[in-house]
Amino acid sequence: MTLKGVLFGLVSVAAAGISQASAQTVKIGWINSYSGFLAQAGDQMEKGLNLYIKLHTKDLPPGVKVEFVRRDDTAAPEVGKRVAQELITRERVQLLMGIVASPVAAAVAPLTAEAKVPLVITNAGGVAITRISPYVVRFSFTQWHTALPIGAWSVKQGWKRGFSAVADFIPGHDAEGAFVKGFTDAGGQMLGTVRFPPATADYAPFVQRIKDAKPDVAFVWVPAGPAATAILKAIKDLGVREAGINVVSTHDLLPDEELPNIGAFGAGILTAGNYSTMGVRPANQAFLKAWDEEYKGKAIPNFTSVAAWDAASAVFDLIKKTNGKFTGDEAMKYFATVKLDSPRGPIAIDPATRDIIQDIYIRRSEMKDGKLINTDIDTMKAVKDPWKELNPPK
Amino acid sequence: MMQEHSTERLVRAAHIAEFSARHRLRWLEALPWVAAIAAYFVFPNYLALGAQILATILFVLSLDLVLGYAGIVTLGHAAFFGVGAYTAGMLAANGWGEPVSGLLVGGVAAAAVGLVSGAIVLRTSGLTLLMQTLVVAAMLYELANKAHRFTGGADGLQGMEMWPIFGTFRFDMFGNTAYFYCLVVLFLCWAAARNVVHSSFGRSLTGIRENVGRMHAIGAPVARRKLLIYTFSAALAGIAGGLIAQTTQFVGLGVLNLERSGMALIMLIIGGVGQLYGAFIGVPLYMIAQDRFAEVDPAYWYFWIGLSLVFIVVFLRGGVFGVVERLFGRGKSP
Repeated sequence: MTLKGVLFGLVSVAAAGISQASAQTVKIGWINSYSGFLAQAGDQMEKGLNLYIKLHTKDLPPGVKVEFVRRDDTAAPEVGKRVAQELITRERVQLLMGIVASPVAAAVAPLTAEAKVPLVITNAGGVAITRISPYVVRFSFTQWHTALPIGAWSVKQGWKRGFSAVADFIPGHDAEGAFVKGFTDAGGQMLGTVRFPPATADYAPFVQRIKDAKPDVAFVWVPAGPAATAILKAIKDLGVREAGINVVSTHDLLPDEELPNIGAFGAGILTAGNYSTMGVRPANQAFLKAWDEEYKGKAIPNFTSVAAWDAASAVFDLIKKTNGKFTGDEAMKYFATVKLDSPRGPIAIDPATRDIIQDIYIRRSEMKDGKLINTDIDTMKAVKDPWKELNPPK
Repeated sequence: MMQEHSTERLVRAAHIAEFSARHRLRWLEALPWVAAIAAYFVFPNYLALGAQILATILFVLSLDLVLGYAGIVTLGHAAFFGVGAYTAGMLAANGWGEPVSGLLVGGVAAAAVGLVSGAIVLRTSGLTLLMQTLVVAAMLYELANKAHRFTGGADGLQGMEMWPIFGTFRFDMFGNTAYFYCLVVLFLCWAAARNVVHSSFGRSLTGIRENVGRMHAIGAPVARRKLLIYTFSAALAGIAGGLIAQTTQFVGLGVLNLERSGMALIMLIIGGVGQLYGAFIGVPLYMIAQDRFAEVDPAYWYFWIGLSLVFIVVFLRGGVFGVVERLFGRGKSP
């Protein structure tokens, strides 16, 4: 190519950049785990986002376009931080969205403070992440939303001696801390805890530790997805429940899409969560109908899909309100006022913490018509993240 | 008869001349540095990636020293990269954010690990050696994973704070400082590595690779020389790890895993082994391709990477260097 050709190419690229900007395209960086040990959760999140985009792009103001620039973080924090940096400096995105893994979110968060680009979290539940940067807002949940009440509920069942087994990374540590707090505050006594590698495939040695400790109740936490089925299989093979040990968890152990794989063995497990496909609410009915039309019975949504759906809804509202012209600070101000009628029930963003306020359901899994389902047995209304109330900012 | 004799003599004289001039700098050797500086101006939005490429070149260059020159086949070179990264990272996370000294300490720590582990694993050869290098890296990985209090475990090392270089150049988000920092460090390390391979010590390494029995026979201290180059290489790998840690201001377990050792090997093979410049070709090729694939197809980019690797293995024997040499009809230099 001649020098003239190169120059012409550069000029036309620059011109294209300018004309794109004037047509008011909102660029959003979407960070997801397309590969790695959290790829299934990533797929759930992707489907929730795509469904919302497909149904609601027509609602955008005329002349305003939304472009999602998608990147794979491979569930590794160093990769996530790199792609986030590239999205900010290279793609000049106005917002960052997504993120399955808490370590990735924790690595990305400091960048958002430096660049003043908001990060809208649609899964990562590590409780302290929103404290790292004032530009982080979360639409999913924290582990304290779900693990704390299940601790108290366990004692209420008459199970006084507890054991905890969790994946050895941020959300696992949070879940363990929350369960132990809820359990011991209600009068329970912990016999011990064990942590296993987040991406392990062999749970038998850790499950054996539970069995050997002979507690009344075992709190088990794994990231939602195939790990849930794998650890339940180990629990079954080692006869933990037959030995009189009750298993409790957060919604991550019985995510809706894994229920058909888990089957009858998963019945009778107590979990706390923010969403079940069984929830009877108009918003959920409408969501499930749209989901089934799009994915034709080949996929089942879970709480991660719903969080992505809700976050997309809030982001689209922001774009509608501002015609796509907003700074990071304006976006954060808007998110603090968000109130939505979500498939999981009414949700809002707590302006003080930028974390979500939502209903938390206590569920018991059971077999119904040959299918494993989560049935809500109790609802706690408008729950704020308990950890932030127990640990006020210094 | 006479004529034949003199041609032979001429050829030999030419060989000797070439041999004795091999250490001299050739114009072509300026090419990577010119390209690196040009890239700064042409791709201002890609400097963060550029800095990572430069640091990875240093890592792969260090692997070339042991694999390409001394013939030590290792699948655990990430061990030294990781030690350097975690050392520099933990210093910065615990209140010592000065980059240059942090980098040096990282290099020294990696060299120490290289010396100690090398003293044990280099007693073996072949597959046993391969497995032992793998085990060293795996043990360090588990150590970093379990030492959650110091390393952050699977969550990664949070809270690194880097001070400006020489108190002046702040690490910016766009990677301007990081790019030049990596470039200067890579240049200095390359100069050192080049000196080493062209020294008589470096020549003896080639001898060890080609015919270890003969080197023993002529009385060369084979074990000591292998250990020395292994330690030197570990130091360079540690500096490369330190560079990545400081410029991204984050360290995750990924710096120590098998994938990183394997990728370094692949990038070196793509470029060309034992040429000192294989890293300068293989690393940019691989990392830019990876960046493009991940951008075009974020969900299935691993597939495209795999497909290209199959293509390279089948069609590009001897790496890019090998192909170029075959095209220009030059014999393989020893």
